[in-house]
Amino acid sequence: MSQRVPSLFDPKLVGPAVTGAFRKLDPRVLIQNPVMFVTWVGAVLTTIAVFTATADRGFIAQLALWLWFTVLFANFAEAMAEGRGKAQADSLRRARKDTVARLLRGSREEKVAAPDLQKGDLVVCEAGDVIPADGEVIEGIASVDEAAITGESAPVIRESGGDRSAVTGGTRVISDRIVIRVTSEKGNTFLDRMIGMVEGARRQKTPNEIALTILLSALTLVFLLVCVSLQPFGRYSGSPFSIPVLIALLVCLIPTTIGGLLSAIGISGIDRLIRRNVLATSGRAVEAAGDIDVLLLDKTGTITLGNRMASDFLPVPGVTAEALADAAQLASLADETPEGRSIVILAKERFQLRGREVASSHATFVPFTAQTRMSGVDLRETDGKAARSVRKGAADSVKNHVLQQGGQYPEAVGRMVDEVSRQGGTPLVVADGRHVLGVIHLKDVVKGGIKERFAQLRKMGIRTVMITGDNPLTAAAIAAEAGVDDFMAQATPEAKLQRIRSEQAAGHLVAMTGDGTNDAPALAQADVGVAMNTGTQAAREAGNMVDLDSNPTKLIEIVEIGKQLLMTRGSLTTFSIANDVAKYFAILPAMVMVTFPAIAPLNIMRLASPNSAILSAIIFNAVIIIGLIPLALRGVSYRPVGALALLKRNLLIYGLGGLVLPFVGIKVIDLVITRLHLV
Amino acid sequence: MTPSAWMEFALFLGLLTVLTKPVGLYLGQVLDPRGRTWLDPVLKPLERLTYRVLGVRPDQEQDWKQYTLALLLFSLVGCLFTYILLRCQAWLPLNPQALGALSEHLAFNTAVSFTTNTNWQSYGGEGTLSYWSQMVALVLHNFASAATGIAIAGALVRSVARSAAKTLGNFWVDLIRCTYFLLLPFSVVFAVFLVSQGMIQNFQPYTKAKLMEPIPIQVPVVNEQGEAVLDAAGKAVTRPGTVDEQVIVQGPMASQVAIKMLGTNGGGYANANAAHPFENPNPLSNFVQMLSIFALGSGLTYYLGRETGNQAHGWSVWGTMMILFVAGVLACAWAEARGNPIHQALGVAAEGNWEGKEVRFGIFSSALFATITTAASCGAVNSMHDSFTALGGLVPLFNIQLGEVVIGGVGAGLYGILVFVVLAVFIAGLMVGRTPEYLGKKIQAYEVKMAMLVVLVTTLSILGFTAWAAISPWGLAGLNNAGPHGLTEILYAFSSATGNNGSAFAGLSANTPAYNLTLAVAMLAGRFLMIVPIMALAGSLVQKKSSPPSAGTFPVSGGTFVLLLLGTVLLVGALNFLPVLALGPVVEHFLNLQGQLF
Repeated sequence: MSQRVPSLFDPKLVGPAVTGAFRKLDPRVLIQNPVMFVTWVGAVLTTIAVFTATADRGFIAQLALWLWFTVLFANFAEAMAEGRGKAQADSLRRARKDTVARLLRGSREEKVAAPDLQKGDLVVCEAGDVIPADGEVIEGIASVDEAAITGESAPVIRESGGDRSAVTGGTRVISDRIVIRVTSEKGNTFLDRMIGMVEGARRQKTPNEIALTILLSALTLVFLLVCVSLQPFGRYSGSPFSIPVLIALLVCLIPTTIGGLLSAIGISGIDRLIRRNVLATSGRAVEAAGDIDVLLLDKTGTITLGNRMASDFLPVPGVTAEALADAAQLASLADETPEGRSIVILAKERFQLRGREVASSHATFVPFTAQTRMSGVDLRETDGKAARSVRKGAADSVKNHVLQQGGQYPEAVGRMVDEVSRQGGTPLVVADGRHVLGVIHLKDVVKGGIKERFAQLRKMGIRTVMITGDNPLTAAAIAAEAGVDDFMAQATPEAKLQRIRSEQAAGHLVAMTGDGTNDAPALAQADVGVAMNTGTQAAREAGNMVDLDSNPTKLIEIVEIGKQLLMTRGSLTTFSIANDVAKYFAILPAMVMVTFPAIAPLNIMRLASPNSAILSAIIFNAVIIIGLIPLALRGVSYRPVGALALLKRNLLIYGLGGLVLPFVGIKVIDLVITRLHLV
Repeated sequence: MTPSAWMEFALFLGLLTVLTKPVGLYLGQVLDPRGRTWLDPVLKPLERLTYRVLGVRPDQEQDWKQYTLALLLFSLVGCLFTYILLRCQAWLPLNPQALGALSEHLAFNTAVSFTTNTNWQSYGGEGTLSYWSQMVALVLHNFASAATGIAIAGALVRSVARSAAKTLGNFWVDLIRCTYFLLLPFSVVFAVFLVSQGMIQNFQPYTKAKLMEPIPIQVPVVNEQGEAVLDAAGKAVTRPGTVDEQVIVQGPMASQVAIKMLGTNGGGYANANAAHPFENPNPLSNFVQMLSIFALGSGLTYYLGRETGNQAHGWSVWGTMMILFVAGVLACAWAEARGNPIHQALGVAAEGNWEGKEVRFGIFSSALFATITTAASCGAVNSMHDSFTALGGLVPLFNIQLGEVVIGGVGAGLYGILVFVVLAVFIAGLMVGRTPEYLGKKIQAYEVKMAMLVVLVTTLSILGFTAWAAISPWGLAGLNNAGPHGLTEILYAFSSATGNNGSAFAGLSANTPAYNLTLAVAMLAGRFLMIVPIMALAGSLVQKKSSPPSAGTFPVSGGTFVLLLLGTVLLVGALNFLPVLALGPVVEHFLNLQGQLF
């Protein structure tokens, strides 16, 4: 999928959005949005008034025009947001070419069209074949190119059994042969769902959006009452107000700004998530992500790099650290595992020991096997140097090895081994011949910057819990180093599920990532469960989000996107409501002044005339929607600080800004339209 | 403002602040069925006896529907009871003046008015009601409507404090405990104090005094029903007459006045209410009465903080109310002290606007009383709000239109402001990037719906009825003043009824069938159409799991929250009335400046 962020006003998007804005004028569509529907009705009534009015036609015509613009601008915002998703959907749809599937009937192969596949069918895919449907590998192993959905060109391995068995329809097998059991119905494949989400076709209003719509509708109703009752008040006061003027006041007062941008904000929130290669099954999940206050993070891959690294050389008494490092490096030269390479590097860093060219004729490398649980090197006698046999490995294996050769296993080594274990590390014992030289301390390396990240999360009010299969000692040491708030050692899938339930019972909202089938219950239980795309089909079905990059750290970004979505809604609602103050000050004196010129001092903006005041307010009201489209699509910027700091900042910008900006805006528009003699 | 005015104001604010905590703590004991008070030895047996007689099981709590149903039934029965008593006044005892029965619409209006804690008085106190009617028919509601208000506030606070529960308490227990342990004993003490200041308390018939100087007057012509006869233009028909004697009111006044203030009822014993020398003998009685109007409402904010385990929140809500209150007092006192611009132009200006004010209290104490009584939904008056300057009169009107949330009626003020708290938390809570939460309870569609329903009902009732009256013959017939001032009078009447305040701007002859009925409907809407959504809100909140606070939780205390709540009350609650206010007091003010009077 494209990682490119389309520019806000890309002509390719603006064109269709403009036509979309007109298409959305259909009242049957608009009724979904009560605020804009009322504006639409106001525009229709004002347009009729242009023809029925006896005076001030030019003014009423301009009012009608700007009311139509208000509706169109709101439609445009929504069409823009949808358009950005559509562009992505098109590229996805190209991947969903109808392919021919090789259906297995017993041992016979049959060619059927991919859409005709049923759940439970077995299909065969070989190198070059496009996988016809979502499924699970039940036989074989293959490398698969998933660029069509992830945008990642490096192929991934998919094999039967284990946690990497899920395949996605539309991806291509590039080597070997696999048998797949189809797990999804036609029209409900992963790709279908993705396209649906991106296009917003299955977009349902999220709980929070519903609540906000209720607030906005109720406010609209309140202001409708205000404006309708003004007619009799006007009659009593001997200053009857015309229908277009009352409509202008109504449209200015109802929250058109947020009403017009609400759906665009929601669509673009999901869009942002997709652009980070995360697929949510519903907008509800994105919203829930903002509410998360407990993160369950797997240690490996999220908090630590996933490999243990050498961190120290602990020599036995009588041996120098340098000698130990030298032997350890020698034993690891051919060891291509990350642990082995880390030993070579540590020796180089500590003692400037260069990785020597060890001619293969002199040396025989002894690889690690599950039986010996040791690796090392045997050097033949050359150039006067004695033959050596260096080994490194698990403590009991090396002990065995040394004792068998008649060597001694000093007690100090036992103590050192225990000490390293206690600190959460893995001890490797090094022996040269039958002499034990010392211990290498291997430890989990915590990812750079992760501690700061957790500190940020804490400021946001999010607690992090590290999940690991390690023993409690090791887990505690890593937890302390990484700065997580809590940890779960020797975690089983059942324990994970239990933990989620107890956190939820205490009122917390929990997010977690997972990939294995045994993660599925926990993923389903969590409020936000992010499945790795590399994971099993069961995991992908259980979670409410799938990370196509299979990057567990992304959970943090997901939370931020959720928060940003909610913040954008709140900020624009506050802005919209705060705007009303200035609009009152523009329109009310203008309305009353016609009959009671004495009220002129209330015209604090010194607007040129009653008509120019009303028109300026309505123009500002329409133009502000266009002005805020970029913000709605981009989202209010989020910073990981506490709630109070966020509130202060947003209240200052959108609350105070909403109070002040329209005063300035309306005044400027008034100056312009007066200069242009529009009224 | 004079130095003595500043001192009085400072003393008032200081004493109120000091009172808030002890009253709040005491409320906590009263609203807890297992709470202990120093009155237990005397009242506990009475409480148990009452439960046994009424068949109430005090340990059985009710969910929101049961609670609300009990409350509505109780109010309905009480309202009918009062209606019947008022209609039968002529045949009932303790009626030394031999006052007749009230008309259907007046009895209905009065019964509704006292049931809803409004105490709007379409009748004229001592001239209409017998001692029996005052002491039985009305005083029942003075206690019960106040206790009901506190009970609802208690239920709402519990709904926030409890996590994943179903029940909100027991209405009968809350009602009885509030009456026995709070309102009755406080009223007794208060009444004794008032008598010590010169307030009357007797059952004697009214006495008469011969006037030294008879006064010629125009007497309105009335028909057999005691209603004013109107001419073709809708004006009252009058005939000349002479007054040569004065009737001096007597009766059980102190016992009525104590609960009238404490329970923010406000219905005066005498027609002149707290401006009457018997009903408010001296500056001290005036000061203590003002304090007693705010005492319970102020204490309830402390109770809120205590019960929800967030005292800072309680004080923040209190602080928000106080900012609005102080601003109101200063504005009103400023406008009244400034006086009438036309008098000034003529060079006959006194220091400030004395029209309609008691010389005993002066301008500041009158402005302060007016602000308190309208902020707190009390409605007792010690001056004529109709005679305030346009801007001075705007303050009481605006207070009522804010939704009676500046301290507000006992209980009603707290549950009213909590509606705004819910809205503030919802609108601004999103800005911290989480589903809005109020003290750990998620604010979602249902809560927003109920909160906005309250705003809608208030707006609809005030604007709808005022608009209807402003263009209907029945509405205009009662007007004694034309122009913007007349509009203000109608607006004030329906605001006062909807806000369950009960004070009158006066200048409006409201004792007509149309006004009595529409005002009664406005009072019912303002009370019960608010209570039901609020109880539904409580029913929804109590079932929610309380999520523990963290750094990401929306803060409901401190300066930012106060500002936010202030903004919400002003923008969502009051903005709706700006247009009609512009056509009423605002225009009147500017026309006054140009020398035009109404």
